Amino acid sequence: MSLDNHSVGIVAPRRFCCDAPIPLKGGGQLPSFELVFETYGTLNAARSNAVLVCHALSGSHHVAGVYADTPYSEGWWDNLVGPGKPLDTEKFFVVGVNNLGGCHGSTGPLSPNPETGRRYGADFPLITVEDWVLAQSRLADHLGIDTWAAVIGGSLGGMQAIAWSLRFPERIRHAIAIASAPNLSAQNIAFNEVARQAILSDPDFYGGHYASRGIVPTRGLRLARMIGHITYLSDDQMNEKFGRELRGGEPSFSYDIDFEIESYLRHQGDKFAGFFDANTYLLATKALDYFDPADACDGDLARALRPARASFLVVSFTTDWRFSPARSREIVFALTQNRRRVAYAEIDCAAGHDSFLLDDAHYHAVLRAYLENIKT
Amino acid sequence: MTPIRPRGTPPRPLTPKERERFDFAVIADWIPVGRHVLDLGCGDGRLLGYLSETRSITGYGVEIDHESVLRCIRNGIDVIQIDIEGGLSGFEDGSFSHAIISQALQAMHSTERILGEMLRVADEAIVSFPNFAYRVNRAAIAAGHMPVSEDLPYEWYDTPNVRFFTIVDFEALCAKLGIAIRERLAFDVYGQPVTDDPNLNGSLAFYRLGRP
Repeated sequence: MSLDNHSVGIVAPRRFCCDAPIPLKGGGQLPSFELVFETYGTLNAARSNAVLVCHALSGSHHVAGVYADTPYSEGWWDNLVGPGKPLDTEKFFVVGVNNLGGCHGSTGPLSPNPETGRRYGADFPLITVEDWVLAQSRLADHLGIDTWAAVIGGSLGGMQAIAWSLRFPERIRHAIAIASAPNLSAQNIAFNEVARQAILSDPDFYGGHYASRGIVPTRGLRLARMIGHITYLSDDQMNEKFGRELRGGEPSFSYDIDFEIESYLRHQGDKFAGFFDANTYLLATKALDYFDPADACDGDLARALRPARASFLVVSFTTDWRFSPARSREIVFALTQNRRRVAYAEIDCAAGHDSFLLDDAHYHAVLRAYLENIKT
Repeated sequence: MTPIRPRGTPPRPLTPKERERFDFAVIADWIPVGRHVLDLGCGDGRLLGYLSETRSITGYGVEIDHESVLRCIRNGIDVIQIDIEGGLSGFEDGSFSHAIISQALQAMHSTERILGEMLRVADEAIVSFPNFAYRVNRAAIAAGHMPVSEDLPYEWYDTPNVRFFTIVDFEALCAKLGIAIRERLAFDVYGQPVTDDPNLNGSLAFYRLGRP
């Protein structure tokens, strides 16, 4: 396997065990929890160069680099994070963390419930974006990071950056929210609900206790991912990539795979169902649905963002219809009303919501420019 | 305002760099220290940078061009990438002390709307533009050509400008829109203030506008 010179190279996850209970926004608490995380670069003596990368729905702590002896194991934001890359690990100490309720090693529905000794499954509590931020703050304490130079994320990750600026205004100097939104629209929630129903109605779901039976609700997960994928791409890009191409050249006049797009969606669904946990998917889509900082302020986002002290970079993509530029502008104008520092770039990129994961030259130039100006 | 050249220097047209500094200085002169401003069509954000250094202002630039937005971010300017032609609806009434449009109004289509929006979001609007009726431009037209001059430096086929207007025209529009002209300055290409027939002798015009 060949690594480019700008890769962080071989990495290994670490584990943080928090023995203090964590109260949850939805009520109740977890008596203790564990988070898996990775770090890249070096924390400077002043501890002023730490950047937290927050993952979206299906991401993880594995942001950059590769695992030893594992082909194709590049982190999900490897094109952004590394020495000389826009989020430069020669300047910054970058932290990636798998969120609470996740399925990549952090405490979640697949973990044993200390009260029963069996896996939590459906008994794992619903977790909110604010709970994730609180758990991340415990990790920051553990790593000796008092203040993040920046918290950055795309989509649901951007919501965590916003939530950080509100929950811990003094602990975050810059918030970078990419392809994000101040809350989900009814249409967004509708897509999430279809995805959830796909999982909940899978006969292999067993009320969320499939794992203790050694079963995976594969069909539900596949469908959930397929519908998600449709919303992550733009109409134009899907047409450009797949058009009406037929796999076999001729229509089969059956329900087998005819169109390339069918093949692509099934492939994405299968891949996802092979590694992702259904309960985590349910929980994370609910976290998305419930995120709404303005709710506590009668829907007044500007009032909700008043506690924020961070400088913001907000980025959106013209073809993103899942989290459209108009949603990012709501964040921007709520910040300008509070006279907070904010820069906003609307990137011309054909790839829809997924653009935030790509290495579009202008997009990366914008991130690089902003990150270069952050003092450490 | 600080003179650009020491007295007694033989007059020569200002270089583009001097002209920019001159433009900035005129605008800065109209903005008291510590105000909150909005710069429309802010380019690479240099004017905001200058105002923040010399006047300790806060505020935002608005720009549509991708490369300019990138340069703003590089320059540490709080730029917001939106299309001014669509209005400024994201900004609250009276949220700025000054809304500035420096030599960019002539490149916008929705002139009336933009002027109205500037005075909605700010207490005062500062507008600068090249005067199309400047004598050099008139001479070019008289000779049968579209003018190309220091303040209108583009050939007709590659100009970003879409509205060509004069000092007289602009003031008529202000009257029509009920906009109060609080102060006007006109300068020739040497950077000298013009009081005698500015519509003929002024190459660049600056206005401080308000609601009556």
